Amino acid sequence: MITIKEYVMPKNIDKAYEYLISKKNSMIFGGGAFIRMGSKNIALGIDLSKANLRYINEQDNEIEIGAMATFGDIERSEILKRFSGGILSIAIKDIVGIQLRNIVTLGGTVYSRYGFSDLITALLALDAKVKLYKGGVRTLEEFLENGSKSKDILEKVIISKTDGFSVFKSMRNSKGDYAILNLAISKVDGKYRIAIGARPQRAIISSQAMDFLNKNQINDKAIEKASNILASETVFGSNPRGSSKYRHEISKVLFKRAIEEVMANEN
Amino acid sequence: MKINVKINGIKKALDVSPDEYLVETLRNNGYMSLRKGCDTGSCGMCTIHLDGEAVLSCVLISAKADGHEITTIEGVQEEAKDVAKYLVDEGVDQCGFCGTGTIMSILYLEKCVDNPTDEDILHYLRGNLCRCTGYAGQLRAIKRYLEAKNDEGSK
Ligand SMILES: Cc1cc2nc3c(=O)[nH]c(=O)nc-3n(C[C@H](O)[C@H](O)[C@H](O)COP(=O)(O)OP(=O)(O)OC[C@H]3O[C@@H](n4cnc5c(N)ncnc54)[C@H](O)[C@@H]3O)c2cc1C
Repeated sequence: MITIKEYVMPKNIDKAYEYLISKKNSMIFGGGAFIRMGSKNIALGIDLSKANLRYINEQDNEIEIGAMATFGDIERSEILKRFSGGILSIAIKDIVGIQLRNIVTLGGTVYSRYGFSDLITALLALDAKVKLYKGGVRTLEEFLENGSKSKDILEKVIISKTDGFSVFKSMRNSKGDYAILNLAISKVDGKYRIAIGARPQRAIISSQAMDFLNKNQINDKAIEKASNILASETVFGSNPRGSSKYRHEISKVLFKRAIEEVMANEN
Repeated sequence: MKINVKINGIKKALDVSPDEYLVETLRNNGYMSLRKGCDTGSCGMCTIHLDGEAVLSCVLISAKADGHEITTIEGVQEEAKDVAKYLVDEGVDQCGFCGTGTIMSILYLEKCVDNPTDEDILHYLRGNLCRCTGYAGQLRAIKRYLEAKNDEGSK
């Protein structure tokens, strides 16, 4: 059960940060859906709903997604549907139901670095950056590895506007369930980037498989080889959704499906 | 703390505690159509519209509604009756517990998608669990409802 002593809704991120460091048991609220499932005594809840962080902006070279953009916003965004095969809108479409996606936020997801996250895997394949209020701009890849050293607020995610194409694949027991494994591939300027998540640990880059793809002619044999490299370079774990062995096997299948779709888009 | 909301078109100032969820606030204020199911964002029973978007009231801290417009099924009774008729005709309303949430999602689908495909309908209804009847009948009922609405519109 959640108890909250005081709840504030600051009008900007500066004030939100002031609140955040003012009390030991303070907590930022994005959509609050994940906090809802836990059990915590919170001295000060700081809700970002009124802090002007709900936006998806397209600039000349970048797309910026504010921390309070909901998954519903991402799913419906014409900017994101057009961008890189619509990978972000596609990656989140099987998360529970539309009523939950209209609540959960980008900020709550990315800052928490959830291992099961579908969105994070897609963002990682796009080589996104995060902008933290105190920690500044960092690559998502590095942020996933190290997190934040002290309390901070995720302000936005920044994606370079490249002319690439990306594909997201996941394996689930049923639509609406957490992914057993997810994988995303992007191809920008002839270079592949592969991210794999829900291992069930945090999403990572499959650098050896990527290297192999980037240095070799892609044909059926190369795809087979790359899938084996990917499966053996990745550390998989077991949880009630699937064993590490199972994840090892399906990683090859998701990879093949994804790369074939990337290639089909080129033809 | 005080929140100012519009519920079904009527302005209200409500007293809520910081850790109160909207489903409780609404039920405490007489909107008894709202069902509490899973209470963690998974079943869809407590679906309402917030500024026209379908959301789960069991997951939303009440304070988040401050300054916003809430629609519960009490505010769309006529539309809800129309939908319910088709659900009943197809025999997909047994215990009725999931009914209000399901109908709020159907009305949201209708608002968001013109001429939805089967895939669209299932996509919008995925967040509403029904443990009595399954979903094939729901799909039939929704299609028949939307067809009837379309026919009416084209007259
Ligand atoms: C029932 C349920 C099922 C789900 N299923 C899936 C699934 O299948 N796949 C999937 O990918 N995801 C799933 N999720 C997770 C969901 O997609 C979100 O990632 C998650 O709910 C976090 O978003 P939120 O807005 O609810 O965060 P909150 O609950 O508001 O916050 C989560 C954490 O992040 C912190 N936080 C929030 N915003 C910020 C910010 N801007 N800066 C710093 N810290 C912040 C909070 O303090 C808290 O510690 C599920 C969630 C629920 C509730």
